[in-house]
Amino acid sequence: MPDADLHALDQPAVRPVPQPTPAAPRPPTDTPLLHRRLPRFATLGMLAASLAVAILLGLTVWSLNPVALLLETAVLYGVAVFVTSSVVEGRRNAVDRLVTVVVTTFFLLALLPLVSVLIEVVGQGYQRFDLTFFTYSMRGVVGAGGGAYAAIVGTLIITALTTAVSVPIGILTAVYLVEYSKGGRLGKVLTFFVDVMTGIPSIVAGLFAVALFVLFLGPGARAGIIGSVALSVLMIPVVVRSTEEMLRLVPNELREASYALGVSRWRTITKVVLRTAVAGIVTGVTLAVARIIGETAPLLVTVGTTTSTNTNPFSGRMATLPVFSYYEYAQPGIPREPYLDRAWAAALTLIIIVMALNLIARLVSRIFAPKTGR
Amino acid sequence: MSTTSAKPRGVHDAPRYGDRIFAGAATGAGVIILLVLAGVAGFLLWQALPALTASPEDVRGGKGLFEYIYPLAFGTILTSVIALVIATPLSVGIALFITHYAPRRIALALGYVVDLLAAVPSIIYGLWGVYVVAPASVPVATWLSNWLGFLPFFGPSPSASGRTTLVVGVVLAIMILPVMTAVNREVFLQTPRLHEEASLALGATRWEMIRQAVLPFGRSAVISGAMLGLGRALGETMAVAIILSTAVGVHWDIIGTANSSTIAADIALQFPESSGLDVNTLIAAGLVLFFITLLVNMAARWVVSRRSEFSGAN
Repeated sequence: MPDADLHALDQPAVRPVPQPTPAAPRPPTDTPLLHRRLPRFATLGMLAASLAVAILLGLTVWSLNPVALLLETAVLYGVAVFVTSSVVEGRRNAVDRLVTVVVTTFFLLALLPLVSVLIEVVGQGYQRFDLTFFTYSMRGVVGAGGGAYAAIVGTLIITALTTAVSVPIGILTAVYLVEYSKGGRLGKVLTFFVDVMTGIPSIVAGLFAVALFVLFLGPGARAGIIGSVALSVLMIPVVVRSTEEMLRLVPNELREASYALGVSRWRTITKVVLRTAVAGIVTGVTLAVARIIGETAPLLVTVGTTTSTNTNPFSGRMATLPVFSYYEYAQPGIPREPYLDRAWAAALTLIIIVMALNLIARLVSRIFAPKTGR
Repeated sequence: MSTTSAKPRGVHDAPRYGDRIFAGAATGAGVIILLVLAGVAGFLLWQALPALTASPEDVRGGKGLFEYIYPLAFGTILTSVIALVIATPLSVGIALFITHYAPRRIALALGYVVDLLAAVPSIIYGLWGVYVVAPASVPVATWLSNWLGFLPFFGPSPSASGRTTLVVGVVLAIMILPVMTAVNREVFLQTPRLHEEASLALGATRWEMIRQAVLPFGRSAVISGAMLGLGRALGETMAVAIILSTAVGVHWDIIGTANSSTIAADIALQFPESSGLDVNTLIAAGLVLFFITLLVNMAARWVVSRRSEFSGAN
């Protein structure tokens, strides 16, 4: 198939607006003919000076905490720019510059936690990020040693089960919404309730699975499958949403061309529509997996944890990576250090998996989508 | 199906079983989702019933179900409101930065970076909160206590460990930031181009243009995004369970050592060691949480759908 039919796929969540406006519009007041402007070196100089003062303050009076540094710099720079700008350029431009400073500060402020989390997890987690950690379970381990082998196996099994349940249901529902419902009653109801389902708290999904399996296994049961059901409740709506979005991007001409050739409806959907949207769907599913693989709360109440490796999801407790990390942190032995080290190593493993899945998702959508000149 | 309508007799007259099966499967999947959702409410109610009908002395805490859940609901709402107060202006600012301030080349990549904040598992936010945010919050809490101590939120003796409602609120704010930013970003991008250009053509500065064109257009989206974020914050479990040092009862002091727990965190902490009626009590608490988040989310969707009717996007 040529590129043409894949074009629509490239639409990411953020539509690049920059489209065809010729020559970006600039406020007329920017024209030096009408107003005096602050020269560029003046603002840069003020920024450097503010940063220097903030660091100096940090070294002497306050702390060198990055949040404090950023806020101090922003306040100093904001005041300096506002004052000079209102003298040189007038009040309106001064306010405009001040807002630019505020908005940029907000954005940088949001980046700090991400960086800080990564530094902390890598810094604390690398100590036990070794071969033992990945090849040993916690069976009979007290104190140092042991590892997350059982937890990794458990996480893989439960995630695989969840994906096996959620992906078919999610994709078929999206197909129903886009191809079959035609604005019907069920379609509307379904759209609404999928939205509602997106907002179910993860712990409530866990409790639902517990309550459901009281029917089959009696009260107090713990098993991998219960956790999978809980996670499916969380994963299905995500798959539906992303798949639906992708299917709606498939151009109608493709469907009509297929029908015109006498191809039946289900073959059109499987061979043309889904085929065209496959990159987007894979991206969506990967992101959904990334979302549920780190879920702790539902597994805590449905699967519990155990020290040895259990590969049977239909009976008995299983260890999973997030719950493993939680218990190593929350119920350490004495001395605490080996337990905390294991908790952080599990966190590091988890964050690597999640980031890798996110990266894969982006790569899939980038590689398999056609190159539109963006 | 379309194949059953009137048409000339021919080779293809035989019913297309593939079509029927596939259509049935697609509809079936949709129905399953509705059943699951009904099941969530139904099964929770079923398992909560013993706690609803039990005599007050038997319920954990010994004072009845309402007395048990009400302080937890208070803690849930208090932490979420703090998170919302912090995250709403931030998310608007970040969305504006990505859509209207950042260089267009990197705007998309910046969006991904903010989305990565949502990818970090909540247990990691919990550990990070205890080891990084909580210690860093102690001097701030001391300052708040010294200078704003007359407010009921800032008590006289700030917690030395920093595991307070305030820190939980900050961490929750970080966790709900991506979803709120995504909603705002989406709508700010949809601002009619002509409105923006008209404003600029009249001589408005960039900020004046945003105030005249972008913000009025996106107002309801900001509200619904905030509500979606609120829904997330209400249900967040592990981060709260790990960070907060809790005490029974209602506590307005957000920097002290005694903090009201939240419904979700309480379930996570108590459930593994519970049995019998205690399990039913926790499920009843979960049911309350389910209905609170349900209401908030439905309100958010309602605001969104109302907006789409009279938006000037076309």
